[in-house]
Amino acid sequence: MFELLGIPPQVLMGQLLLGLINGSFYAVLSLGLAVIFGLLNIINFSHGAQYMLGGFVAWMLLTYFGIGYWWALILAPLVVGATGLVLERLALSKLYHLDHLYGLLLTFGVALIIQGLFRNYYGISGQPYQIPEILSGGQNLGFMFLPNYRAWVVVASVIVCFGTWFMIEKTRLGAYLRAATENPVLVGAFGINVPRMIMLTYAFGVGLAGFAGVLAAPIYSVNPNMGADLIIVVFAVVVIGGMGSIMGAILTGYGLGVIEGLTRVFYPEGSAVVIFVIMAIVLMIKPEGLFGRGA
Amino acid sequence: MAMADNTSDLAPISQSVGMPMLHKVIFVALLAVLTVLPFLVYPVFAMKVMCFALFAAAFNLLLGFGGLLSFGHAAYFGGASYVAAHAAKVWGFTPELAVLTGTAAAAVLGLLIGALAIRRQGIYFAMVTLAFAQMVYFFALQAEFTGGEDGIQSVPRGDLFGLISLQDNIALYFFVLAVTFGGILFLYRIVHSPFGQVLKAIRENEPRAVSLGYQVNRYKLLVFVLSATFAGLAGATKSQVFQLASLTDVHWSMSGEVVLMTLLGGMGTIFGPLVGAAVIVTMQNYLATLGAWVTIIQGVIFVLGVLLFREGIVGVLARWLKRPL
Amino acid sequence: MMRSIALGTAAVAALTGTAYAQETIDVTLGVLNDRSGTYADLSGEGSVIAARMAVEDFNAEEKGLNVEILSADHQNKPDVGSNIARQWYEQEGVDAILDVPTSSVALAVADISNQMGGVLLNSGAGSTELTQGQCAPTTIHWTYDTAALAKGTGQAITEAGADKWYFLTADYAFGHSLEENTMNVVEEAGGEVVGSVRHPFPATDFSSFLLQAQASGADVIGLANAGGDTVNAIKQASEFGITQSGQSLAALLMFISDVHALSPETAQGLQLTEAFYWDQNDETREWSSRFEERHNAKPTMVHAGVYSAAMHYLRAVEAVGSTNNEEVVAHMKANSFDDPLFGEGYVRADGRVIHDMYLFEVKAPADSEGEWDLYEQKAVIAGEEAFLPMIDECDFSSEG
Repeated sequence: MFELLGIPPQVLMGQLLLGLINGSFYAVLSLGLAVIFGLLNIINFSHGAQYMLGGFVAWMLLTYFGIGYWWALILAPLVVGATGLVLERLALSKLYHLDHLYGLLLTFGVALIIQGLFRNYYGISGQPYQIPEILSGGQNLGFMFLPNYRAWVVVASVIVCFGTWFMIEKTRLGAYLRAATENPVLVGAFGINVPRMIMLTYAFGVGLAGFAGVLAAPIYSVNPNMGADLIIVVFAVVVIGGMGSIMGAILTGYGLGVIEGLTRVFYPEGSAVVIFVIMAIVLMIKPEGLFGRGA
Repeated sequence: MAMADNTSDLAPISQSVGMPMLHKVIFVALLAVLTVLPFLVYPVFAMKVMCFALFAAAFNLLLGFGGLLSFGHAAYFGGASYVAAHAAKVWGFTPELAVLTGTAAAAVLGLLIGALAIRRQGIYFAMVTLAFAQMVYFFALQAEFTGGEDGIQSVPRGDLFGLISLQDNIALYFFVLAVTFGGILFLYRIVHSPFGQVLKAIRENEPRAVSLGYQVNRYKLLVFVLSATFAGLAGATKSQVFQLASLTDVHWSMSGEVVLMTLLGGMGTIFGPLVGAAVIVTMQNYLATLGAWVTIIQGVIFVLGVLLFREGIVGVLARWLKRPL
Repeated sequence: MMRSIALGTAAVAALTGTAYAQETIDVTLGVLNDRSGTYADLSGEGSVIAARMAVEDFNAEEKGLNVEILSADHQNKPDVGSNIARQWYEQEGVDAILDVPTSSVALAVADISNQMGGVLLNSGAGSTELTQGQCAPTTIHWTYDTAALAKGTGQAITEAGADKWYFLTADYAFGHSLEENTMNVVEEAGGEVVGSVRHPFPATDFSSFLLQAQASGADVIGLANAGGDTVNAIKQASEFGITQSGQSLAALLMFISDVHALSPETAQGLQLTEAFYWDQNDETREWSSRFEERHNAKPTMVHAGVYSAAMHYLRAVEAVGSTNNEEVVAHMKANSFDDPLFGEGYVRADGRVIHDMYLFEVKAPADSEGEWDLYEQKAVIAGEEAFLPMIDECDFSSEG
């Protein structure tokens, strides 16, 4: 039978699919980061913590209020987004005229606070969250067993990612947003409340992180550290895609998920570092990123 | 009025080579305090503070005076600590040779990474340094000689120059004091040399520096290598103090910690990084019983620092005193 | 201030005469562990509570021991841990350090304890190095080690007929040694290792590695990792239908806190080895319910180990009449113990504590009668068999 470097094709197919599933998380998360960076010029280092928050809110809704997965999928991003509103108003809005560095440091601090608080109250072992009944089980694809929930993750992320892209690139609201980042004074002169728009954008970006957190809750354990190391990986995805490029973040998210998946087969030890190797190479050759419009 | 204040802040410290009186006084006072310190507080703790002070000062050379934010300085700090620990333990080097070997390794690493990184600017520069630091971390995790997550343990304290035993905390303390204080003074000299002035010019306005005929990239590379070297000196010394080298020192959160120290103390100031390092290390040491609260407190410091004290502790002091510190 | 108190006690002692003939011995115990990271739930504050309970149950005060307990967070960083240990020994007069999970930190602290005249009563760490390659006369390794876990789980499962193994190994020294230990046990028991994959540490997504394990055709997938990694791997194995398709999972290092986090729905059928389970007999149940009153969770084997180790240490201090580390350790090694939590056991000359280990299987949700009713005991592994034999370099019995 045909084999590639000793790996049977069925296994390879399975791994590609799994890579795509992981890429779905990268895509939703890096999309949020890219939206925030593109429109606010803030490097949101608390993105990983807000992702964790999404997972925890879903868990809390279930545990304390008996609200299930589907409502959580809508409510948790709203809750996380609302915390984003507060953060933007109280802190981030004071930093727009400063160097990127300050936004990064402030959100890094926020991440430490959120993670620390959750660690204090909920410990580290994580909380169980079951896959919703309707999505349990899976399909036998011949080359692998695909859990229904994972298929749903891909579908949900594709809908959310391309919906966001469409909204920002193709609608009038998106046009305002893009214009406001180019020239806030001018857009303000047209009677648009620019600060409010920016505030809502930030909330939307972190809401995406919360959404990814809910998606992740049933398959990864909901624990305070779930986003801690993820942030630099996702950030690398954004850089590779091109900072601020919406489509770049989405496509790179899926693409790197697949590449990472393949690394897991051929050189599993290296799968944690491959994204950084790619980032270094991309930055050396094409510093504006794969889809960037000039650095 | 505000304008006048501003210009006095930014005015070059002095064109003459000599050290301003105020700085001289502070350095002498600092040395005096450090001489009696081991008899007042726990010497190993004091040594840790000094190592991190040197690390932060080296980082500040790059960020505060070179205007380059590296997000991967743990690579040099931790890399040097591994090499120094290995040299002392396996090759049987004396402490000063082990430290020098580690420092040299950091310099080479800095040259390799710096040569690539300085071609990029701003956030892209930070990302390149982060990417390479992650690779160094990966190497440290995988390589045989680093001992994986156990690190290199039980590094002997050895005899300085083959003569003076460093088993005793006080003896070791004065060795560390000499190394770190010397390093910090050397960094001070660099900042106030003509080279430092050119750096400042590049940081303020790179195109102008280019048009004045400076080979900007050479300056950037040199400051990068210098910063990496001294970060390495700090890491190598730390490995001798704690008798171990571990993954903590090369992890990306260490790179974040040194940014925190520098920012808290006041970036671009002489004494800021030292104060920042002292505050953070003290906090980690004395709040260790509080567990997760340490992270929360650190986070609060980040947030408040960015919102209220962007100039850092020493930066604020300098503004009050209207003198550069 | 200090002086006046000292004088005060001296005066009282002089007045009361015989009542104070036996002077009080000051004992300071330091509980050094992870209070904020991966191992915070299985060690953390619970270990401090366990140590405090030991002091109370021992009636230390009546026996003339004035025991103080310190605690600190080593953040799983060897430099932080060794710094605290040094400071404790040099500045705070600590006599023994307890717990210390995370092998890298434990090894560093063992070294320092030996240099500075302290005793390390390790409960939380798993490295066999503590009593093998990097053994020290003042290290006592109480609860478990990777070899004992490998023995318990590896041998029982292989002998039960599932003899083709595939390993999913965390790519760091701890994972490697767990894998190697288990491989040896499996091969000795007549099993076969059909392959292994090394995943980065820590990792979140295991689907890819699990699929490789599934394709290998092994009977058992051995999880040579710990904490969150193990939890995630098990969760995803059930999601991908791996356990349903006939392959079974063996967690090589897992604590009841992890199983609790997974819930029996996901973890059912999983086999694992532990040194202690709260629901073993009346004594463990009684102690565990007192523990739960203070900590809101049942104790892990690490907590139990801290308690027993502290007990045995205090007995030795009382008998020797001082906290001199050599004498105390000699007494601890010379006298076996019969402990409410660990049963009968003894401290071997190399510092390895020999006691029985147990193979458990996680109950199905239908059989579980409460939040913590999680295990069914499958086998007892005698201490002599569970732990590695002593190596000559670590035989400290001839000294002193």
